[in-house]
Amino acid sequence: MARVQLRNIEKVYGGSVKAVHGINLDIEDGEFMVFVGPSGCAKSTTLRMIAGLEDITGGEVIIGGQRVNDLPPGKRSIAMVFQNYALYPHMKVRGNLAFGLKIAGKSKPEIETAINDVARILEIEPLLDRLPKQLSGGQAQRVALGRALIKKPSVFLFDEPLSNLDAKLRASMRVRITDLHRRLKAEGLSSTVIYVTHDQTEAMTMGDRICVMQAGHIMQVATPKELYNHPANLFVAGFIGSPEMNLIDGHLQGGQFVIGNQRLTLGDEVLSRLASQPADGVLGVRPQHLVLDPNGLKARLTNAEFMGHEVYLHADLEGQKIIAVIGTAEYEQLGRADMIGLRPLAEHMHIFDKSDGSNVSLDRHRLAA
Amino acid sequence: MDTNAMLDMDAFNDAQAAKRARMRMISATIRYVLLFVVGILMLYPLIWLVGASFKTNSEIFSGAGFIPREPTLDGYIKGWETSTPYTFGRFFWNSFLIILPKTIGTAISCTMAAYAFARFDFPLKKILFTTVIATLLLPNVVTRIPQYLLFRDLGWLDSFLPLWVPSALAGDAFFVFMLVQFLRSLPSDMEEAARVDGANSLQTLIYIVVPMLAPALISVCLFQFMWTMNDFLGPLIYLSSVDKYPVSLALKLSIDTTEAFEWNRILAMSVLTIAPALIIFFAAQRYFIEGISSGGVKG
Repeated sequence: MARVQLRNIEKVYGGSVKAVHGINLDIEDGEFMVFVGPSGCAKSTTLRMIAGLEDITGGEVIIGGQRVNDLPPGKRSIAMVFQNYALYPHMKVRGNLAFGLKIAGKSKPEIETAINDVARILEIEPLLDRLPKQLSGGQAQRVALGRALIKKPSVFLFDEPLSNLDAKLRASMRVRITDLHRRLKAEGLSSTVIYVTHDQTEAMTMGDRICVMQAGHIMQVATPKELYNHPANLFVAGFIGSPEMNLIDGHLQGGQFVIGNQRLTLGDEVLSRLASQPADGVLGVRPQHLVLDPNGLKARLTNAEFMGHEVYLHADLEGQKIIAVIGTAEYEQLGRADMIGLRPLAEHMHIFDKSDGSNVSLDRHRLAA
Repeated sequence: MDTNAMLDMDAFNDAQAAKRARMRMISATIRYVLLFVVGILMLYPLIWLVGASFKTNSEIFSGAGFIPREPTLDGYIKGWETSTPYTFGRFFWNSFLIILPKTIGTAISCTMAAYAFARFDFPLKKILFTTVIATLLLPNVVTRIPQYLLFRDLGWLDSFLPLWVPSALAGDAFFVFMLVQFLRSLPSDMEEAARVDGANSLQTLIYIVVPMLAPALISVCLFQFMWTMNDFLGPLIYLSSVDKYPVSLALKLSIDTTEAFEWNRILAMSVLTIAPALIIFFAAQRYFIEGISSGGVKG
């Protein structure tokens, strides 16, 4: 069992700068948890506290039921893959893989077998007698992965492992890592993964659950689908999804959302979802959920980006910039229109309270169920 | 007309290229001649020393040329015997007995001190490090007398201990400082990876940091070797029995004891004295330049 529990984790630097503000999180055994957030949101710091590379100012880290706050990294049954691989430059690949096992006092034949197993899984057999400087980025990353794998840890920690690779390699490594996770799980090996990234594509494609962080706080922990469809607050709404969700300032008035001189009737579906009716609100709707409708909100078309099978329409709605994604065929029907009508799909509309950023339109019944 | 113009243009270009090549040639010649002349000026005393060690005493002062007219090994043979009951070999052995523990001790102690300063947080770290740097700025002369009194009270006079024990306990602030600077330039990721791999601080130091530190460590050893080999004042103060003299003192000995200086013997022994330092320097100089830390952090 390798459940990872964070209880009120805090990190304070130099006695005054608070980087992590009391994080509480349970990561289940075998779960692939992704920490995502902009740079400086303390996701790496949190990971390093779990690893034991950073002192924990307050709270508890519990791995597999055991409080590990005072254990050195080597005794926490973890393995870590670093952003810049951190291979030992003077050791060959074989030596890099063997180092942890040697320190643990494993016998030579045992180490040899382990190396061969890992090398086969990661297809690095031809590289075993090379030095790290003779490896390409992708190869080095596989060796770094192997160094983690060979220890058979309870928890794998990844600290932005793919950010030094080019786009194509990143895509293939992504699949390789998720495959590996699935395989370990299928074999019944403990394989809890905590994966830090700032890339939302990685987060969305790899994670069982995603923990979105900002400025040392957890903003939302949910499955990728849940995050995308039901963001808990403005930050998550703006962070997840590409192109970004349109966040339109306005206020609620008698069942209508008022944007400048225009009024959008919210309809019963949306109104039934509202937990409260904030005076100053933000209407959130994804570009994919805006459809062309002459009776919709009037916006002035400023730019159109042709992406192949779809077109990104950039428009100005009462002085606020919005984006809509429509099919190429629809765009061609639009002709050379200057003003366009856009209607948000009711079931995909979110209303946020501007004062605290929370989503007040989450379906309570659905959440309860 | 056009063709003619183009031909003119080609000819002009060719002329320009030839001119540039000529200028390059002249500039290179001047540069090399200058370097050669200055190089010879610098090296001439050394060359003369080697040449003169094969000359007879009377010839040494008869001209500035370095090629001996009647080459003789007399200087080496008589110089090696010395005017004491011991041969020069004994003095070399003494030097070796000082240098070996001093260099090894310096490498080990300075690495540990530098590792602590560069990578760990401990109480009073800033004050301690400032103190280390402050001793760098302190002239050696200032500490001579207190040190002498200390070693006298310890009963270490006329032994090799005062010559190497302070250095073997990270007493040379310069080396500590040098290694701290080098360590600060190394990324700490590899050390963190080692800690995750289960290594304790000492294992991390030995298996991960020391190999990455190798170029700097070789420099430290080289400097310590050369400085100790050349150190005259230290042995002069602490050693009183001739049988414990290192080569630097032994050279002076041959000047003291003979009334008419046998210059060729002194020169011959000088050549032998600088030989180990020269050999080791040339053998190890490529490690000065070579850095091995780049491999692990490739992007």
